[in-house]
Amino acid sequence: MNDVLDVALRLIVVFAVFLVLPLVVGQTEHKVMAHMQGRLGPMYAGGFHGWAQLVADGVKFAQKEDVVPAGADRRIFQLAPAVALLPYLLVLLAIPIGPGEGAVGQVIDAGVFFVLAVMGVGVLGSLMAGWASANKFSLLGGLRTAAQLLAYELPMLLAAASVAMAAGTVSLPGIVEAFEWWWLPWQIVGALVFFTAGLAELQRPPFDMPVADSEIIFGAYTEYTGLRFALFLLAEYAGIVVLCFLTTVLFLGGWHGPFGAEDLGWVWTLLKTAVLAFVVIWLRVSYPRLREDQLQKLAWTTLIPLALAQIALTGIVKVAIQ
Amino acid sequence: MTPAATLAAAATTGPGFLSPTGVEIAFLLVGLATLGAALVTVTTRQLVHAALWLVVTLGGIAVEYLLLTAEFIAWVQVLIYLGSVIVLLLFGLMLTKAPIGRSPDADSGNRPIALGVAVVAAVALVWVVVDAFRTTWIDLDGPVQGSTKVSGEILFQHWVLPFEALSVLLLAALIGAIVLSRRNDPADAGDAGDADARDKGKR
Repeated sequence: MNDVLDVALRLIVVFAVFLVLPLVVGQTEHKVMAHMQGRLGPMYAGGFHGWAQLVADGVKFAQKEDVVPAGADRRIFQLAPAVALLPYLLVLLAIPIGPGEGAVGQVIDAGVFFVLAVMGVGVLGSLMAGWASANKFSLLGGLRTAAQLLAYELPMLLAAASVAMAAGTVSLPGIVEAFEWWWLPWQIVGALVFFTAGLAELQRPPFDMPVADSEIIFGAYTEYTGLRFALFLLAEYAGIVVLCFLTTVLFLGGWHGPFGAEDLGWVWTLLKTAVLAFVVIWLRVSYPRLREDQLQKLAWTTLIPLALAQIALTGIVKVAIQ
Repeated sequence: MTPAATLAAAATTGPGFLSPTGVEIAFLLVGLATLGAALVTVTTRQLVHAALWLVVTLGGIAVEYLLLTAEFIAWVQVLIYLGSVIVLLLFGLMLTKAPIGRSPDADSGNRPIALGVAVVAAVALVWVVVDAFRTTWIDLDGPVQGSTKVSGEILFQHWVLPFEALSVLLLAALIGAIVLSRRNDPADAGDAGDADARDKGKR
């Protein structure tokens, strides 16, 4: 009985994190973008600095009519948001935020592979949406999504493989366990490649070619309304949370910090994640959108060679210090 | 030992066939679902639906690996097949005129031959696997037998030569693909050169 309770509790906590953190990131994005652009942002809802804006948005989305285009492939069209969102929930299960068994939803032996594999599945949602909408803009968005995923999955994997080599394990808690402070300069190239490729996989600016609103309206999500559209947006923010958690766990030492690593470990993890999420928003405000050919060029001619060089460096150092 | 004797020996030594555990039942059910999805994949007339049913099929196989405690293999299956191969397939389908709904010309008339090849391949595979493992049982309650560590050691100690041979094969395929896609057409070559020059000038 205790086991059942334990599992249920873990699931509830992970689900709560899954529901709360993306909204926090979303609200932060509203405000940070507003301040960086010298404007106020949402100020009215909820009274204090518009804190309830996302709640209001949620109510708005729930009230909207759920439209399925006449020419669309109904079932796939309706299934797509779930396929896009659920993988991130699964990934959150495997991410450790503190030391010990108690601070991770489920210890998975091949954790790195699990998270990258499941994150890759999320893109199927965008592809399904793009194809099933019976809309040319959606189809173009789907095409761009697929091309982008194929280009950026490889550098992301290679960068993660470099850390796994350094730690000698593919389990996420194991990697953080093995982390030393000097890994930071050692793996810095891998970290940058991983974070950049992750941004591209989430289609965040400056890699938002698949949803480029000035060219193809909103890419694969053009035909969506109401709650289903909200689910896609939620998937994007959940993706930011997952990417920042992963970068923290793989490259920034997770729960390690100058002090309080044992008791306050989870605070360090959350702090680093929050800083990374801020950087994600910052990049959105600062950089213009990359063109499709620039996107592909960046992945194949810059990120992949860098990731390979990082793997070589990791191997050399690893052999040298043994 | 005759097959009958082997079976009899298995019945007395190994776990019985008639008292399946929960995992075994789950394995069978997932296997049936996977088989069903595979059948729909090859019989449906909606091209993109076929690709999506293929997702279900490959995912089902990943679940089977998981149930056999081969965690690493399962995640690699998801990563490579669901995450990349299917995306590539859908990408290719989006470039075609695949309509929403049935494709009237999705049938090629090779159906009987394809069925024959599939049946022969299936029989050969089942026969080889059954013959290779016979009455071997995986102890699912003991230590995990398909962990990353075990898979890595087996792959890079006992099977390293086939592994390297496969790498060379893949490399050859990669180079072949590049050669095929860069067919030397004098007109094209001139265009490409111009484009390169323009590109450099811009930078």
